[in-house]
Amino acid sequence: MGKIYFKKSSKEETFNQLRPKKETIEFLLNYSKALQVTKFRSMQFDTLLN
Amino acid sequence: MNNTKVTDATLVRDYLDGNENALGALINRHEHRIYSFIYSKVFNKDIAEDIFQDTFIKVIRTLKRGKYNEEGKFLPWVMRISHNLVIDHFRRNKRMPKFDNSGDFNIFSVLSDGSLNAEKQLIKDQIEQDVQELIKELPEDQLEVLTMRIYKDMSFKEISERTGVSINTALGRMRYALINLRKIIEKRNLILTN
Repeated sequence: MGKIYFKKSSKEETFNQLRPKKETIEFLLNYSKALQVTKFRSMQFDTLLN
Repeated sequence: MNNTKVTDATLVRDYLDGNENALGALINRHEHRIYSFIYSKVFNKDIAEDIFQDTFIKVIRTLKRGKYNEEGKFLPWVMRISHNLVIDHFRRNKRMPKFDNSGDFNIFSVLSDGSLNAEKQLIKDQIEQDVQELIKELPEDQLEVLTMRIYKDMSFKEISERTGVSINTALGRMRYALINLRKIIEKRNLILTN
């Protein structure tokens, strides 16, 4: 009986497992490493050093 | 490094000083919350993944450009970005509706759902939240009348009894509250429309 009441609903379980893929995180970290912002006078330029 | 003891503000500073690991720590700390928030709005893992990625691309670019205004509120700031991107997503989808009117008569052109769709609901919530912040700038007497009238749905008679002023004074305060609110909105260049 207790199991019925205290078992987490599948929706709740799904929400607890919600995380982005490792590939996405890796992409973001690599993007961050590759991105360089150069300032020239009042302008800024983005450079992706890939 | 023990992440639980290091604040977001410190990690942001470290990242700005060139420590790329700090970004990893920030993402690791908040990924679940941000991703769940996005997923709870779009209910699609692929779309949630895209919006999550776009959110952090924006975060990274803003940080690297030195445009991040540190007020110790990293997570709310990121949540706001993701929230705006979710709205953009729904706007795009609205421009490209999924069902097509292939027949001569489209039942959807005459039938409309009176309730707000997800995008409009999000915008409405945002506007209401912004307005609640704005009214805090009103003088106390005007704020009191406005709150009683709008949020507590009291009549001007009830307001005058509660505040101990005449009905005309209460009406006047309400009028000035609205005028001042408009001025604040104009001064800040805000657009509070749906």
